[in-house]
Order: sequence, then C-alpha cells, then structure tokens
Amino acid sequence: MIIDHPLLGPRDSQEFVLLGDASLLDRPDWQAESADEAFYEYQYLRDNPAGTHRELWYHEMGDRSWLIVTRDTVSHAVLKVELASAVASGRRDR
Amino acid sequence: MVSDQDYSGFRILREGLTGNRGWRPAWRDPDPQHAYDFVIVGGGGHGLATAYYLASQFGEASVAVLEKGWIGGGNVGRNTTIIRSNYLLDGNQPFYEFSLKLWEGLEQDFNYNAMVSQRGVYNIYHSDAQRDAYRRRGNAMILHGADAELLDADQLRAECPFLNFENGRFPLLGALVQRRGGTVRHDAVAWGYARGADRRGVDIIQNCEVTGFRIQNGRCTGVETSRGFIAARKVGCAVAGSSSRVMQAAGLRLPIESHVLQAFVSEGLKPIIPGVVTYGAGHFYISQSDKGGLVFGGDIDMYNSYAQRGNLPVVEDVCEGGMTLMPMVGRARMVRMWGGIMDMSMDGSPIIDRTPIDGLYFNGGWCYGGFKATPASGWCFAHLLATDTPHETAIAYRMDRFRRGAMIDEKGSGAQPNLH
Ligand SMILES: Cc1cc2nc3c(=O)[nH]c(=O)nc-3n(C[C@H](O)[C@H](O)[C@H](O)COP(=O)(O)OP(=O)(O)OC[C@H]3O[C@@H](n4cnc5c(N)ncnc54)[C@H](O)[C@@H]3O)c2cc1C
Repeated sequence: MIIDHPLLGPRDSQEFVLLGDASLLDRPDWQAESADEAFYEYQYLRDNPAGTHRELWYHEMGDRSWLIVTRDTVSHAVLKVELASAVASGRRDR
Repeated sequence: MVSDQDYSGFRILREGLTGNRGWRPAWRDPDPQHAYDFVIVGGGGHGLATAYYLASQFGEASVAVLEKGWIGGGNVGRNTTIIRSNYLLDGNQPFYEFSLKLWEGLEQDFNYNAMVSQRGVYNIYHSDAQRDAYRRRGNAMILHGADAELLDADQLRAECPFLNFENGRFPLLGALVQRRGGTVRHDAVAWGYARGADRRGVDIIQNCEVTGFRIQNGRCTGVETSRGFIAARKVGCAVAGSSSRVMQAAGLRLPIESHVLQAFVSEGLKPIIPGVVTYGAGHFYISQSDKGGLVFGGDIDMYNSYAQRGNLPVVEDVCEGGMTLMPMVGRARMVRMWGGIMDMSMDGSPIIDRTPIDGLYFNGGWCYGGFKATPASGWCFAHLLATDTPHETAIAYRMDRFRRGAMIDEKGSGAQPNLH
C-alpha cells in the first residue's frame, strides 16, 4: 500500500504504524455525567466496517507526523490522506 | 453410535472387495426448514463443532448450521494448523487445555481421520529474561494440568540441529516445549465435525447467508437469510472475521477489529522439521505438513482488512524470520500464500457469551489462535446455548469484561488489536 503523504508525497506503508480508527481523536469529556460509558465505548468498541474506514497512521520511519488515512478495507485502496493536526485544528476553529 | 457408514480400515477393505458401491456423501445437502430450536450462523470450525456437540453432548435434535459460502472456506481452512495449550493466564489456560484434551480423543469421537499429530511445539527463547518468562509460563501450564518442558541450548540442538545457532544478535538459548502440542489437518476438522453433526440430524445448509435478525421485544426469534426467514428458539453466531458485520445487523458494536493474517507453503520436501518451531525474537512459526510442504507464517498485516489477502511487506518480514532461524529453508520455493480475516479482540482473548438480546448468543474474538480452540469452543458454546450457563472453562470469556476492566491480556499490550 502506498500512502500519499500530504507533505512528503507517496510513501510505502511500511514506514508507518497504524493506531486504529480515527474516532480515537474524539476523546470523550472526562467530566461529563456519562464519562464512564463514553470512555468504555471510546476505548473498546469499534465500528470495524467492511468498506471505507478513517484511521490514524503514524509516520514513524519518516517525519513523525500523524495522518488520517481514509482507506477501503475490502480493496485496500487508499482514498484520502490528511494531516491529523490539520483536521484537529480545523475542528477547533469551528 | 455405530452404523454401516462408519469409516474404518475394515470398511475400506469391504468396499474395495465390493466395487466401492457403498460410499455415501459425507453429509446431506438439505433445504432449510421453517424453524429450528437452534440456528448456528457460520459453518467454520467453531460453528460446526457447536452443532456437533449440541447434538452429541446435549441431545438437541433440531439444529441447523447456516453458512454463506461453503463449509471450510473460511479460517478453518486457511490456518497453519497449530494446536497447543501454552497460555499463561487463568482465564485462558484451563480452556485451551480442555481443548487439547478434546483433540486427543476427537478422531475416535467423530469417526474421522483429522490427522491429529502431537509432534511437539518448540517456543525458542533468546535472552535470560525471555527464558524466565517461558519458565513462568511453563509452570502456569503445569499448574493447570498441561505438560511443559524447558530445554537448554544443548537439548534444543539435539532435537533441532538444523536451527542457526550462530545467531549473534539473538542467540538460541533453549526452548519451552509442549510435547502434546502439534498440528491437525484443518479441512478434515471441518469435514469431520460436519459429518458427525449431520449423522446426528443437524442440517448443514451452505450458500445461505444470514442478512439480518428478527428481533421482537428484545428477543431474537430467527434470522433473515438469502434463502428466506428461518425461525429459531436460539441463535448462535460464530462467524470469526465477519463478527462485526453480522452482529451489526442486530444493532451491536463489538470490541473487535478485523485484520488479515497470511500463511505460506513451500514445495514438498522430505521430512526435515520434526515439530512446530517458533522464533522468539521475531514473529515466525513453521511446521511441515504430512505432504512435505513447509507451512509457515508470522505477524498479521497490522491494518484493518476484510480482503482475505495481504501485502508484500509481511511476506518479506516472515521470510526474513525464517532465514534467520533456519537458513536452510532459503533453498525451498514458496508455492502458495493466502490470507484469512481475523476477529482481533481488544485484549487478544475470545468471547463466548450471551448478548443483550434474548435468544442471541455470540462466539468470536479468536484472533489468530482460534483453530486450536475449535473443540472446546464448540463444546462451551453448545453448553451455553443448551443450558444458558457458561461452561466452567469459559467463564472468563464474557462480553462485559471490557466494561468491568477484567481483561485477559496475555501480552499486556492493551486495547490495540493489531498488537495482540
Ligand atoms: C493464515 C492463518 C493462520 C492461522 N493459524 C492458526 C494456528 O496455527 N493455530 C490456531 O489455533 N489458529 C490459527 N488461525 C486462526 C483460526 O484459523 C481461526 O481463529 C478460526 O478458524 C476461526 O473460527 P472458525 O473456524 O469458526 O472461522 P471460519 O472458518 O472463518 O468460519 C466462519 C464462517 O462464517 C461464515 N459467515 C460469515 N458471515 C456469514 C453470514 N452472514 N451468514 C452465514 N455465514 C457467514 C464464513 O463464510 C465462514 O465460513 C489462523 C488463521 C489464519 C487466517
């Protein structure tokens, strides 16, 4: 699999490690009433779709950036690659 | 249970002398009935074993196994066939030892030659710390009634002289051996359970995909399938890598991710590797099939996948592991490779439990080690389905252990499935 890094261009997926579903960016509010339940779901439950999947990849052998890779889990096609920091700050701006 | 359809040496002789006219298909090909007491979703090893034990141990007569493709087309026919009971934790080891004991009597029990071969499993260690960890594991195994033996380098060399003992970076210091571990012909396990279940009245229905569950007032009353609705008193799901997809139809999210694991076979060679050998400083395991092919594998591909095929970096990694451990395999040609979809759980251990929906039961999260578990998984799932209580060796395999913080994490690597 080739991951088209937004800054470095196409890189072999071997240079990366995968953490998991990009929903891991959405850490629940630890002070909320329902924090117990929310953290259980956040930590342990996954949609695990057959098809389009947004996931967090870390460029360990490269520039150490975190990427959000949108990938098809049935065909292994890489559909979209974004810098996780850009996605996260975009959210903060809203 | 004795019938003129039993397989035996005598039967082969008799059939040979009478023109081989007495053989019958090993199982029927029935159309689904409208209703069963028990419907098992998934005709892999675990689903078929569950149906077999429901009929043979719990006297249940109305059982169907629904398989979307053909039986044995999933992981039960794709694995590297290793069986062992060398776990450390209390939640696991009694279950896997129960499974190994069932393997030991399986072929007589279901009257089928599954080629159970207790040729020994060698886990090699490469440092003092790893030796101590293996000693501890071996002691845990012995405490739970299994066998374990710690070999030093000389003893290992005597049994496996073909290993590369010149490894300067990761010296081969010895191995933890389980002599009762070994390999089993994987397809024959599916076929043996299928035939045994069929002979006891179980309907095995292939080309029948479950597409949904009929749930009324919090109770599952049957399954929607590609061949129509089938009513059931109880439904048990054992669909391995498809667990999340199938259970989603019942509105459940699981502590599971699907990942691909690859396996490789070389051309046939004369006997060179006596047992199963695993490399402790990388991830590589190898054995030799009865046909002579070297059967080997290593890590999962590390990314979520439903593709039943992997990528080249893992091929390279596995082959490097092999070359490091036993350079002689470099002369053999690799002839086949394939992948299977693993139901990787959040702590690396399985689930055999009820679900929040009455009448719906779940068996999954087997990661890359569910083949060895097949007999015990079937037995324990049948026990749960028939009696609504967990079998004594499977009490820890609860769905809610993640919520309660009662993980069974052999490796201690946390809630990241690709690390288990
Ligand atoms: C390459 C590889 C090597 C492995 N090596 C080992 C090993 O050495 N030792 C070991 O212990 N384990 C090993 N495993 C793991 C082991 O094979 C699995 O954990 C185990 O086989 C899973 O259980 P099963 O046999 O029931 O799965 P499967 O055979 O996959 O059965 C599940 C079945 O469910 C069916 N299904 C899915 N969705 C539906 C639906 N909607 N309706 C109806 N049917 C459906 C599928 O078609 C499939 O036949 C390995 C796995 C792989 C892929």
